[in-house]
Amino acid sequence: MYEIHVNGRAHQVDAAADTPLLWVLRDHLQLTGTKYGCGMALCGACTVWLDGQPNRSCSIPLSAVGKAKVVTIEGAEGRATQAVQAAWQKLDVVQCGYCQSGQIMSAAALLSRNQRPSDAEIDAAMGGNICRCATYPRIRAAIHEAAKQLRGRRA
Amino acid sequence: MNPELSRRDLLKIASTGAAMLTLGLFLPGRRADAASLAPLEPNAFVRIDSNGRVTVIAKHLEMGQGSHTGLATLVAEELDADWSQVQVEGAAADAARYQNLFWGGSQGTGGSSSLANSWKQLREAGASARLMLVNAAAERWGVPAAEIRVERGVLSHRAGHRAGFGELVEAAARQPVPTQVKLKSPGEFRLIGRHVPRLDSRDKTTGRARFTQDVQLLDMLTAVVAHPPRFGARLRGIDSQAAAKLPGVVEVVRFDHGVAVLGRDFWSAKTGRDALKLDWDESAAMSEGSAELLASYRGLASQPGAVARRLGDADAILNRGGRVLEADFVFPFLAHAAMEPLNCVVHLRPDGCEIWNGEQMQTGDQAAVAKLLGLKPQQVKLNMLYAGGSFGRRANPAADYVLEAVSIARAARHRGPIKMVWTREDDLRAGWYRPLYLHRVSVTLDEHGRPLAWRQRIVGQSIMTGTPFEAFGVKNGIDSTSVEGAANLAYQVPHLQVELHSTQNQVPVQWWRSVGHTHTAYSTEVMIDQAARAARQDPVAYRLALLDQHPRHAAVLKLAAERAGWQRPFQQKGPRGLRRGRGVAVHESFGTVVAQVAEVALARDGSLKVERVVCAVDCGIAVNPDVIRAQLEGGIGYGLAAILHGAVTLEGGRVQQSNFHDYPVLRINEMPRIEVHILPSDRPPSGVGEPGVPPIGPAVANALAHIEGRWPTVLPLKTRSA
Repeated sequence: MYEIHVNGRAHQVDAAADTPLLWVLRDHLQLTGTKYGCGMALCGACTVWLDGQPNRSCSIPLSAVGKAKVVTIEGAEGRATQAVQAAWQKLDVVQCGYCQSGQIMSAAALLSRNQRPSDAEIDAAMGGNICRCATYPRIRAAIHEAAKQLRGRRA
Repeated sequence: MNPELSRRDLLKIASTGAAMLTLGLFLPGRRADAASLAPLEPNAFVRIDSNGRVTVIAKHLEMGQGSHTGLATLVAEELDADWSQVQVEGAAADAARYQNLFWGGSQGTGGSSSLANSWKQLREAGASARLMLVNAAAERWGVPAAEIRVERGVLSHRAGHRAGFGELVEAAARQPVPTQVKLKSPGEFRLIGRHVPRLDSRDKTTGRARFTQDVQLLDMLTAVVAHPPRFGARLRGIDSQAAAKLPGVVEVVRFDHGVAVLGRDFWSAKTGRDALKLDWDESAAMSEGSAELLASYRGLASQPGAVARRLGDADAILNRGGRVLEADFVFPFLAHAAMEPLNCVVHLRPDGCEIWNGEQMQTGDQAAVAKLLGLKPQQVKLNMLYAGGSFGRRANPAADYVLEAVSIARAARHRGPIKMVWTREDDLRAGWYRPLYLHRVSVTLDEHGRPLAWRQRIVGQSIMTGTPFEAFGVKNGIDSTSVEGAANLAYQVPHLQVELHSTQNQVPVQWWRSVGHTHTAYSTEVMIDQAARAARQDPVAYRLALLDQHPRHAAVLKLAAERAGWQRPFQQKGPRGLRRGRGVAVHESFGTVVAQVAEVALARDGSLKVERVVCAVDCGIAVNPDVIRAQLEGGIGYGLAAILHGAVTLEGGRVQQSNFHDYPVLRINEMPRIEVHILPSDRPPSGVGEPGVPPIGPAVANALAHIEGRWPTVLPLKTRSA
C-alpha cells in the first residue's frame, strides 16, 4: 500500500511497486485526463506535475513518487493554467485532443517560470510533447497569447 | 401533451410523405433530461429540447478533423440557431439513417467526405426543424409564417411577438414534418464561412473529453494481447504459469489467432502479457524484408503492368529513343501512429454485443462482429467516442482490432466488459500500413520542352483486393487507390500511360491519410519539376502552361505562388554555410485542390529544416475557414513527418520499429511556419482532412532540388534531417 498526494489529496493505492504513476492515476484513481501514448517518456501525453515540474508519469514507478505533490490536468489550477486553457480555446488549438492534456501541463509549467518565452524556449519546453495532428503552430501561438495575458494581468 | 403520442404522430406523417426525411425516434444513448419531455425531433439529425438546447446528431466520427463542429454548423445555419445553444451527440450505428451518402448505403467516416456528403442533408435537417418552429409560431400568434423572422435562436414578428426555440418545441412537434424545404443561398449564410469555434475545445483542454481509452465500466477488465512476432506466425504452445500467478492477472485467454491476458488494470495485464512464454510456429510466416520486396518490385517495374490509363501511345514515343527523364521512386511502409494506441471496449451479453470505440466504419464493423458471433447486425450496438487520431487506421477493411477485442471477449470466462488496449509497440508492429510502393516514371519532352510521353509504372500491394471494398474499388485488376493521383494526371500530356503491378505478401495494408495520393503526388510533382528544369523553365510557369484544362489547379497554384512571393528574388545563401531553396507542388485529392510552396534550409552538416509553407486550397465553399486552415496545417505536419522520418521496415519478416524513438514523428521544433489561403468558391464543399498531405513531400523535394540540383527519390529523407 502506498500513499501518494494527487491534486491536493492523499490517496492510498494498492498496486505493485513498479506500476507507473500514469496507470495509478488512470486505473486506480480514475483520473483519465492524463493519457497513455508510448510508455517510454517519448511522447508527453502523460505529462503531470511533480512538485510543479512537468514529468512523464508513464515512466515514474509508484514506489518512486514518495511525498511529491502530483497534479494532473483535472487538478491543474492557477493563473498560468487558466491563461493556457483560455488561449487554447480562443485559438482552437485542439484537433483530436488526445495529446492536449499533456501539452497544456507542459505549457503551463513553462509559463509559470517564464512569462516571455522565445520560440526557442517554447521548442525546448514543448519538444517532448508529440502531437500527431500537428497542432504545433497553434500551440506556439497559444503559448505566446497566454504569456501576453499573464503579463498584462500582472501589470 | 403526451410525448409518446407526438412521436407516433410524427411516425405516421413520415410514413406517408417525407422522402428524404427519416424519423429520429428513440435515439439510443439519449440522456433522460427533465427539460426534454417533449423534444422536437423532425429527423434523425436534430433534437431541440424544451430548454432550447439544440442537439445535432453527428453521423461521422470526430477524430480531430472538426467533423462534429462542421456538421453542427450545417444544421445550425439553416435552423438559425445561436451557436451557444448547439451541442453534438455521436449517432448510433444505423446505416438506414446514418449512411455516408458517398458510400452507397454504408455508415462510416473517411475519404474526406464528412462535410461533403452531409452538405445538403444536414442543411435540410436544420431547415425542416426551423420550418416546424416557424409554423408553430405562426399558429400561436395568428400571423402569416412568411412574416416571422428567426435570428440566433429567437423567433419574432413585428407585432411584438417573440419566442425562443424552447417555448415552441412542443407546438412545433405537432406540426407536420415538411417534405420540402427551401435552403438559404450563400449570401444569407450567418455561420457558414464565418468564424465558428470548435465545440470540442473546452472538453479537450480540461481533460474531460472521453476517448475509448477512458471508458470505465463496472466489472471491466483490461486485455493486453500478445501479437505474433511475424505476420502469418501461428501460436503453437503457451506457458502461462508465471503470468497467471501475477497479482492483478485474472485470466489468460487463448483466442482464434493469439493470446491475451486479462487484468484488473492495464499494468497488471501488460505485466502478465510480458510474462507469457509463447511458442510460435513461424514456418508459414513472412520471411522477406523490405529490401527483398523492393528488389522484386524493381524487377516488376521493368515489365509492363495492367493498364490503368492510356492516352496516345507512350510506349512508341519512349521506344523512339532520344532524351528520357527517368526515375525510380521508393516509398516505405508507413504506420498511422495516432496518439491514442488502438483499443476497443466490448461487452458480450446473451442478447447481443455492445462496443465502445472511436468508431470509423460502423456498417463494416457491425457486419464483421455480427458474422463472428452469429448475431444480427442490429444486435451489435456501437457507442461512438472521440478517436485520439486515426488517419484511416480505425476504418479497417477487415475490422481487425474490433474483431480481436470481440474474439477475446468471446473466448474469455469473464462475462463483464473487456477493454482491449494495445501498447504503442503493438500499434506500430501489428501491420495495416500504407503499402511499400515503387514507381518508375519515364518522360520525354517535345521540342518546346513540354511533356510528350509519360509512362508511370506503379508497383505495390492493393489495399482493397480481398476486402468488402473490392467490388467497387478494383476494376480489371486496377485498385483505384493504388493509382489515384497518377492515372488522372492533371497536366496535359498527349501520350500518357499509367500501369500497375499489384503485389502480394503477408504484410497487412490499408489506407493512410490521403491513401494513393501519399505516393502519386510525390512522383508526379517531382517528375514535372524535373521536366521544367530540363526545359529550362520556371516551375510555376511550366505547370500553368500545362493546366489549361484544370482551372482550379491553376488558380491555387497562382495564389500560392503569389502569396509566397514566387516572383521576387529568393535569398539562397544563409549564414554559416546554410543553403536555402524553395519548391512548389499542386495536387488534387478528394475533390479538393491544394498548392504548396515550401522553403527549406539545408545546413552544412546535411540537416534540413522546412522553414515556411505557403498553402492555397480550393475546397469549394469554406464552411469553417478556421477548421480548414487547421486541417491544412495538420496535413502538412503529418505529411512532413512521413517525408522526413516515416518508415516501417522489415528484416527477415520482422518489423524493425517499435516506438517513437525508432519511428520518429514530427516535433514542434521541426514544424514550419504555415500560411493557408482559401480560394473563394461557390461550389459545394469538398473535404479537407486529407488533401493537405499530398503536396508537402514533393514541394520539399523540389525545394531540395533547387539547392542541390537533384531530386530525392527514396523516402524518407531522415538520414539528412536534423
